[in-house]
Formats: sequence, C-alpha cells, structure tokens
Amino acid sequence: MTYLTLERIRKSFGESVAVEDFQLQVAQGEFVSFLGPSGCGKTTTLRMVAGFEQPTAGRITLAGEDITNARPAKRDVGMVFQSYALFPNMNVADNIGFGLKVKDVPKTEIGARVDELLELIGLPEKAKSYPYELSGGQQQRVALARALAVRPKVLLLDEPLSALDAKIRDELRTEIRRIQRQLEITTIYVTHDQEEALALSDRVVVMSRGVVEQIGTPFDIYNYPSTRFVASFVGRLNRIPSVVVDAAAGIVETGTYRIHTNQPITQGVGSPVDVLLRPEELELGGAEANQLPGTIENVSFLGSIVRVAVNVGSTTVTVDIFNERLLHLPQIGETTSVGFPPHACWVPA
Amino acid sequence: MSIGAAPSGPITEFGTVEGVGMGRVTHEPGGGPPRSRLARLWPWSIVLLGSLYFLMPLIGTVRMSLRHNQGASAAWRLILANEDLWPAFRESMVNGLATIVVSLLVIVPTAYWVTLKLPKLRPIIEFITLLPFVIPGVVLVLALIRLYSAPPLLLTRTYGSTRLVMICAYAALSFPYMYRAVDNGLRAIDVRALTEAAQSLGAGWPTILAKVIFPNLKVALISGALLTFAIVMGELTIALYMAQRTLAPFMADIVRNKPFEAAALTLIMFAVTWVALGMISFVTNRAGKRR
Repeated sequence: MTYLTLERIRKSFGESVAVEDFQLQVAQGEFVSFLGPSGCGKTTTLRMVAGFEQPTAGRITLAGEDITNARPAKRDVGMVFQSYALFPNMNVADNIGFGLKVKDVPKTEIGARVDELLELIGLPEKAKSYPYELSGGQQQRVALARALAVRPKVLLLDEPLSALDAKIRDELRTEIRRIQRQLEITTIYVTHDQEEALALSDRVVVMSRGVVEQIGTPFDIYNYPSTRFVASFVGRLNRIPSVVVDAAAGIVETGTYRIHTNQPITQGVGSPVDVLLRPEELELGGAEANQLPGTIENVSFLGSIVRVAVNVGSTTVTVDIFNERLLHLPQIGETTSVGFPPHACWVPA
Repeated sequence: MSIGAAPSGPITEFGTVEGVGMGRVTHEPGGGPPRSRLARLWPWSIVLLGSLYFLMPLIGTVRMSLRHNQGASAAWRLILANEDLWPAFRESMVNGLATIVVSLLVIVPTAYWVTLKLPKLRPIIEFITLLPFVIPGVVLVLALIRLYSAPPLLLTRTYGSTRLVMICAYAALSFPYMYRAVDNGLRAIDVRALTEAAQSLGAGWPTILAKVIFPNLKVALISGALLTFAIVMGELTIALYMAQRTLAPFMADIVRNKPFEAAALTLIMFAVTWVALGMISFVTNRAGKRR
C-alpha cells in the first residue's frame, strides 16, 4: 500500500529547474534511495519531502494526508543530516530527547525512550557525553536516534555517511539497515554512492539533471539499466563502438570481429552503436561465444579483485577478475582474448 | 582466465617505509648556523619597547594618583567618597545594560535571519553596521536631537525620554562590535542544519532561537555585550550633548578640576575594563574546551 506519494513534483529556482516531473510511490516500511551525481536534484527532492523547500508544482502526500504546504515541524518526518547537526550545547540524552521535550512528553517517558534508543544505537554509556566528545560515527548514530525518537512517519537521510571514513561507513550502513528493518520505518536515503544505494535499498531512484532516469530494485538497476546514463552511472561499464550487421540475429561488428547478443537491437543495419558490457562479466581467454583478441595494457591489484585493462583494437576494455591466492596475475604486454556470453552484452537504444 | 602456481619468491610486506622519497627534515642540535646574540635579543627588545609604550603612561598615572598634597591615598579616598561618582556610575551601568538588551534584540534576530534566509544581504548589513565608524559621534547626536526635538517624535522634553534616545544611539554605536561578534558566532556553527534539525523535530521559531541558537552563541553574545558595555561606560560626546549625568561627563569634570582624583578614577576604570576582558577570556576558554 502506498504510504508516501510524490506526484508530478517540480522545483525551480528562478530560471533553473532543479527537479522536473518527479513521480514516486513509496510503500510503508520501504527503503528507497535517491541516487545520482551532484546537482541532479536528489537532495532538493528530499528537502521538499521534509518541508524545507516548497515544490513549484505537484503534490506530496504522507499516510493519506496532503503535506505539500505543511510546515516542517508539522510533517512527522525525521531527518538525518550529512553534518550530523547535533546541538552542541546539549549532551547525547538531551539531543535525543529534544523532539519529545518540544512535544511536551512527560520527563519519565522521555527518559525511557532515550534509554531505549541509546540501546538501539549501541551507545548506552554515552548519554551524558557532549557531541564534541564523540567520533563521527557515534555522532551520526546519535543523530539517527534523535530523528527516530519522535517516531516519525518517514525517516529522511541526506548523505548521512559522506563525512565518515570507509570502514565506519560500511559499519554504519549495516547498522542503518538493521535499525530500519527492526523498526519497519519508511525511509528515503539520498546518496551519490552507488554501492551504498545498492546495498541498502529495496528500490533505487536514479536521477540525472532533475529527472528520474529509472526506478527499480538494485538488481534491476544494475543488471537491466533502462538508459545509457543509468548503465554508466551505476557500476563500471565497457563501451565497444560497433556497427549493426544483423539486428534480428543480434549481430554487430567491431573492427573485423563479430559480437553476438541475445538482447534486442533497435537500430538498423549499418548503424553505429555501442555495445555495453560489465567488467565482471568478461573473462580472459575461456570458451565463450564472443572472443575479442587483445593485448594487456594494465593490471591493477585491488585486493578482492584484479582489474585488467585490455586493448581490443578499437578500444580498451576493463576485465574484473576475482582474486584468489593461486591466481596467475596477467602481465602487461601479454596477448590474450576477452570472452563473454551473448547475454552479457547489450546495445542501448 | 588461466590459473597457475602462486608466484614464488619472498613475501612482500605492504606498509609504509619511512623516509623514502619523503624529503625528511632533520633538526640536529647545532646543525644550523649559530644565531648571533643580536638576532636573539631583537625580538625581546621589541617586546620591551612595546611594554614600555603601554606601561609608562600607566606608571605615570599611578604615580600621579599618589601625589595628592593630603597624602598618598588621599586621591583614592576622595574620589571614592565623591557623592556624584556612584550615581554617575549607576547611571552608566543601567545605560550599558539597557543598551546590551536593545542591541541584542536588534542584532541577533537580524544576523540569524540574514545568515539563514538572506545571505546575499550580508555585505549590505555589514556596511550598515559599520556606519557608526564613519559618522562622528557629534554628528550623530546633533541629528538625533534635531529629529527628536520636534513633533511627531518629541522625545527630548524629559530626562527619561532623552535617556531612551541616548540608549538607542548607544545601541547604534555598538552595532559594529555586536554584529561582528554575533556574525562570527553564527559562522562557527552550522546555523541552517541546526535550525532544520530542530524544525524537523517539531520546534517553532521561539524554541529554535531560545534552545538552539542563543545557547550556541553564548560566547559571541558575551563578547559583544562586554564590548558594548565598555563603549557605553566611556562614551562622552552623546552624554554631554544630551545633558546626561553619566560616568564619562563626571570623569571629564574631574579631569578638569581634580587631576589627582582623575588619575585614581582612571585606574579604577582601567581595572573594571580588565575584569571585563578577563571575563570574556574565561568564558571563551571554557566554551572552547567544550567545543
């Protein structure tokens, strides 16, 4: 059942359009991420849900109530900011209890709720600490608890992990998802980090230049991108310039080599097209139907994977190989071939 | 993908090798050229000169305050016993506190709103607050007297109403200091995020200002308030033209007629200023530790 709805939302700042025709229905308890590069309108959209920006056109409803013009304080949404935004003059317990105090909740209830949330975020011993005494990760946990304290209908998170280092980011990411599942709270999460969006979300909204490019599950977004932008923005992508030889049979040609795909080709014979491929679907050598001979240009050891750049004549493609201790590392200058099955490549319209 | 034997050879430890390609700087005792004695004395001579520049007048004032022909402590005794001192002091204190209140009520909401909603107006507001620096006090007071001496804004008929005009004039004089102090305080915190965080938790504007913004501006407000207080305590031109019996006209009168008592009074005011500065420093340090 739809819980939060954004209907044909538009936001412009003077002549500049930040968000155009944004439509989304979010179910209760769903975790939806807005993913896109800087300036794509994802934060503006989130701020419109929070009430910090007014839509130029369109309607926002939450639990059946029109909140398009409601003040932020009256929306029942909890917000977590990139900069934590903890009140420096208050300790952790007072920060978490702030919203409840504003709502005139009795002191004993506030105390109980604060204790409950401190347990939830795993910081029961930090109640009397001030924000400056906490690490970035701890501060963001407190910010999350503060937003949850008032039992909001929707939790909004605006790039909450951007200011943290990689290890803490990973830990907190798991923590956020655990808490969200435990509380079954409807959540909108803004990020420019595709890995974060894919790992956390039930659905991802990919945005570019104020427009929704695709809405789907992380699996669909990654494996079946509906636009060239989504394909290139989410994950790494190889692009091989080719020419259509037989659209019905799914055959294109790059240089003197033919590539077979079982994905539909909409362009006519002789049309220049790009064949798109994920690096992890390629292999060096092997017996796949498609084989492009080439020379190894570069080898990057990245820990869990080894990234190999292979020049295949007209272009260079990247091949990701899973690392293992017995792996024979390819050498720069070696001749090889890049192989992939027909279902691994597609030709965008 | 071909899989073969693991590469043989020594296991390489990945880590940081100190000093490799880092161009390390070493400080060894006696490594550099020996500094001459003159070069070492040079900074100290500057400090000494600076200290003398500030201390000589002070020492002179102390000596002057002790040279009264009725005894060394006579000037101090006489000035503290002067029946006009304490009313003038009280008058200036009240004016100072009232000016702080007016200045805070005008500047804090203005600076907050400009930071939050109208950041493009900041240069204009800064310019306006600087006007007291470019308009001489005598011009300001004559303009005020002219404006408020005739209907519909006749406010100089009684001592009390004239005092009100004077407090507003003092508040204007304090704007450059108060605005900068508050503006610096606002720049030190993420005003927008704090405000929005409080809003999303259900707080209205009065709660946000009282519980979130004001407490986090405490140091800035105290600094601005004490500077304002110092200005009001020493302001002479406006008080003279408005015929107010405050501390500065009293001091001017003493300086003209009783030089030894004037020296003692100057030192008392000097001590009051240092206490005020000490308070700023104490509060700032405490807040700094908390941050």
